[in-house]
Amino acid sequence: MARYRKTFFLMPLIGFLLIFFVVPMVWFLSYAVRETEVPRALPRTLEALSHWQQDQPVPDTAFAALAGDMIEAANSGSMADAARRLNYELTGVRSALSKASRVVRRAGAGTDFDIDFFNAIDPVLTSPAFFAVVKRAGNAMSDHYLLAAVDLQRTPAGAVVRAPQENRLYLTVLWRTLEIACMVTLACLFLGFPVAVLLTTSSEKVADTILVLVMLPFWTSLLVRTTAWIVLLQKEGIINGVLLSLGLIAEPLTMIFNRTGVVIAMTHVLLPFMILPLYGTLKAIPRGYMRAAASLGARPFTAFHRVYLPLAAPGIAAGCIMVFILSVGYYVTPALVGGPSDQMLSAFVANYTTGTGNWGLASALGLILLIVTIILYLLAQRLSGGRAISLG
Amino acid sequence: MNPWRIVFHLLSAAALLFLIAPILAVIPLSFSSNSILSYPMPGLSLRWYESIASSSRWYVALANSMIIGITATAISVVLGTMASFGLARRSGPVAAAMRVLILSPMIVPIVLVAVALYLFLAPLQLTNTMTGMILAHTVIAVPFVVIPVLTAIEQLDGNMIRAAASCGARPWTAFRRVTVPSIAPSLASGALFAFAASFDDVVIALFVAGPNQRTLPREMYSSLRETISPELIAVATIMMIFSTALFLLMQNLQRRRRRMLQSAARS
Repeated sequence: MARYRKTFFLMPLIGFLLIFFVVPMVWFLSYAVRETEVPRALPRTLEALSHWQQDQPVPDTAFAALAGDMIEAANSGSMADAARRLNYELTGVRSALSKASRVVRRAGAGTDFDIDFFNAIDPVLTSPAFFAVVKRAGNAMSDHYLLAAVDLQRTPAGAVVRAPQENRLYLTVLWRTLEIACMVTLACLFLGFPVAVLLTTSSEKVADTILVLVMLPFWTSLLVRTTAWIVLLQKEGIINGVLLSLGLIAEPLTMIFNRTGVVIAMTHVLLPFMILPLYGTLKAIPRGYMRAAASLGARPFTAFHRVYLPLAAPGIAAGCIMVFILSVGYYVTPALVGGPSDQMLSAFVANYTTGTGNWGLASALGLILLIVTIILYLLAQRLSGGRAISLG
Repeated sequence: MNPWRIVFHLLSAAALLFLIAPILAVIPLSFSSNSILSYPMPGLSLRWYESIASSSRWYVALANSMIIGITATAISVVLGTMASFGLARRSGPVAAAMRVLILSPMIVPIVLVAVALYLFLAPLQLTNTMTGMILAHTVIAVPFVVIPVLTAIEQLDGNMIRAAASCGARPWTAFRRVTVPSIAPSLASGALFAFAASFDDVVIALFVAGPNQRTLPREMYSSLRETISPELIAVATIMMIFSTALFLLMQNLQRRRRRMLQSAARS
């Protein structure tokens, strides 16, 4: 009985999250494997191609069907979406299709839409490669976006190959994302570890004050902190002003709208997420252990290295992974204080959703981001014995 | 003093300075009499605060932030507290899966949540509406309620309820007089965290909010992309004061909870 009542209490939140979290996420991520544009715009063409194989000549009916689709799709605008989708795989198709659409619509009744008609507009529209791409993009599902997200593509014959040099981008972005996250994590560890140790060695009163210093930035709005860093680091900013007036530098340093700015601002935001779990672990190390090591003749460094560090390791790992997870998904800070070459995966997810409307690629890149996050999270859970997420 | 110790203290001091100095360093600039954002300042004035007070832009943004934040927090508190009672002391794969589901909005990168909600709410015509913003912020705020409340419920001493019952309290009375006061501080701190999560969000606001739902962070984001004026720093200063107040409130709550646990342990 009690069990049912408990389930009853759980239902509202579970239902809410299913509708407004799980369904949207699944829907968004499904774009990574779904093909929507071509099936919507070219149903007749796909029907005509249903029995066609790559090595056979393109059936004549396909051309008439293509013309029929163009006349039908012109009103809904779905042809433009399909053309953009096909252009990802076969450059030049977009302009050819839009030109053909215009010509077809203007052609009078009784025009023979055959291979010669399209050949005259653009030979690419009669090539088997074009129809192979149409057919592949016409399936309900495809791996096109997933492959594109790791700089791979399919040849017209269907083999998976690396994308041409000029189109390779996303592995670089993934690598850059991990690199920035690594730099931020190391910076946080470097700055956070001494503070965490200091917290454990100070009296309760001092420790409370230090904790206030750590938690106050944590509560300060991200935008406020980003504003502060821009004011400090920009060319005419406070730091350059001070350094110039002290005569330490002759030219203002470029510290913002580049990698330096991103790492500094992100480290500032994420440092508390390193200090708090570290402090939790270090607090539990009995101080007697270090004294015991010393009384047994260990030098301070040996004692630190052989006794303290192994005991602190789970906390270090948990803190690092927490910071790493949070920095991998960062969007706002790089967007505001980074240059174009400092944008991380999440920026591409965001831009492809709103800007060019390439939802398939946004979704595939988002899936990569999510998978990286989940793997790291599971690792953190394992290392911390299921306590990876806690609030101070 | 050994050299390691000096290095250690210097590093700690540097880290603490790094944390707090940037925030404090820019505050005085909001009182500058001209718009150059560097020291020395030519003179002091309150003109930037006056210009905030005289433009409706920041008022509207603050009002939006408050409405969205408070409503999303209220929904999160109701749903989150109920769910915490439902989840407490339950084990097994189903309960574990539900815990993961409830916590996952915290783990999934916020940009993915924002994009997914944008694509989902748009066909429902909920983007560019207050309702949409409130629903979206509830998703990210609710884990912040569940975590502390669930912990508090699980730490609740079952004997206290039994003692209340043996003294003749009906279940409802025992709940109201024993359970509720024991979890109240955790509930309040969860609500504060939830409000802060909503109040600090800019990514969801970028995707889901329209021109009429612009929140404070969203408005600051736009200003930051253009030029930084002392007016923006004045807004930032006001927000800092606000968040410091929230933080002190939080500290107070946590101290109260700690005291309660200690006295419970002693008795």
